[in-house]
Amino acid sequence: MLAQRISQHSARRLLAKQPTLSRFTPSVAIAGSRLRPQVRHAAFQPSATEPHAQTQPAKPSDAYAILAAQRLNRPISPHLTVYQPQITWYASALNRVTGCVLSGGLYIFGAAYLVSPLLGWHLESAAMAEWFGSFGAVTKGVMKFGISWPFTFHCWNGLRHLLWDTGRELGNRQVQVTGWIAVALSVVSSTVLAFVGMGDGKSKGKGVGEESWKGEFKNWKG
Amino acid sequence: MAVLRTTTSRILASTRPSTLSPFLRRTYATVEPISNLGEAMSATQRPVSPKHTSTIHEPAQSPEARTKTFHIYRWSPDTPTEKPKMQSYTLDLNKTGPMVLDALIRIKNEVDPTLTFRRSCREGICGSCAMNIDGVNTLACLCRIPANTSHEARIYPLPHTYVVKDLVPDLTQFYKQYKSIKPYLQRDTKTEDGLENRQSPEDRKKLDGLYECILCACCSTSCPSYWWNSEEYLGPAVLLQSYRWLADSRDEHKAERKEMLDNSMSLYRCHTILNCSRTCPKGLNPGKAIAEIKKTMAFT
Repeated sequence: MLAQRISQHSARRLLAKQPTLSRFTPSVAIAGSRLRPQVRHAAFQPSATEPHAQTQPAKPSDAYAILAAQRLNRPISPHLTVYQPQITWYASALNRVTGCVLSGGLYIFGAAYLVSPLLGWHLESAAMAEWFGSFGAVTKGVMKFGISWPFTFHCWNGLRHLLWDTGRELGNRQVQVTGWIAVALSVVSSTVLAFVGMGDGKSKGKGVGEESWKGEFKNWKG
Repeated sequence: MAVLRTTTSRILASTRPSTLSPFLRRTYATVEPISNLGEAMSATQRPVSPKHTSTIHEPAQSPEARTKTFHIYRWSPDTPTEKPKMQSYTLDLNKTGPMVLDALIRIKNEVDPTLTFRRSCREGICGSCAMNIDGVNTLACLCRIPANTSHEARIYPLPHTYVVKDLVPDLTQFYKQYKSIKPYLQRDTKTEDGLENRQSPEDRKKLDGLYECILCACCSTSCPSYWWNSEEYLGPAVLLQSYRWLADSRDEHKAERKEMLDNSMSLYRCHTILNCSRTCPKGLNPGKAIAEIKKTMAFT
């Protein structure tokens, strides 16, 4: 019994080292068919008529083609729609969106300003100021907030990124705390930028502002 | 063993470097041009919502049962044209173990044997049961079932991976990328006495928090950057391991390792989103490791 086990064991080890050997070794000598090296067959798509997967011998070089064929059928698991909203990736997405809005807005306005003489648009500073001045105080504030919040958020969050690039504040807790600090600071500072001084403009009369604008515009023209 | 070896070599056979001259070859550490297998070929499909699928109930309900509903992502390769769906199961928590893996095993044993998932050690050391539970990637065996029975648990496979079946993702690309960073000690010289490569306790300490990674792929598949660029960006788990060898005082191929990462994709697709560190079930910090690699690349 023991001798048989030893011979089985050594045959198995030999097989593991040199799988090709088995072709020349009678399978009886290595104690039964269970020890024959298994050839892994690639599974092909089962059909409706044959529900069980058929097998065919496959070469190592076929691996890529088989994988490609399998991936044709495999769905990609859900990602954005199922992942929990967290300050980490939401802040990162917002950072990118605000950056795109600000730089894209600047490029679009710059390009429009360049072609405005050709198309007869009035995008000069004086015309813009007059157009903006025609809105009510609250509307003005909201419109300014729409620009100042992306700007301030991008700035504060940019500081976070600079800090991270030095290898600091990268722990889970710090990332969450600094994330919410950036959100809070951006809301406060953009509110200041958008709404503070709104009353001043009203009490001192917007005429002053307008005149100074126009004066400047004339000087610049002349 | 022989079987293992042949399948491994088959998977890895296609990763051999091309015969292009080194000048023409891209330096991406990722070797396979898998980009032609992108999402264009097989699109993300939102699973059918649990509102439109059946619910399979706990076999024998007792009056004092604490019944909790689990919605589980299902897709079978046997019926590839069928859309993925969210199958609902109810379980009595009094008869279920404390962890999500216990719930899955109980469903498979007692309710629906067709449910498919990977599991092995049930103690967070093998990384097999990585999946997306209630929106966060974690190991099912380390994730407690929230005791609140009014909250319905949702379980998906790891995000933005090809689904093999149900909760089993195809991690071929992930393992290939791991292989591409040469995750082993590389030395050209022998030590003075020809014995072990010794290391001071201080140098050994630098590897703490790096070597513990079990490659469960939770962090990589939580990274939006990896979702969109998994063909070329290595992802947090593999970069953490890359840093584990860059930080090893005994390794002598640091210049080569850094050169592999010195391109726009392999490393620099990391935009410090930090979902990786947030989700790591082992409490490691891949985000920090990547920041350290970036510093090493910039300053030395």
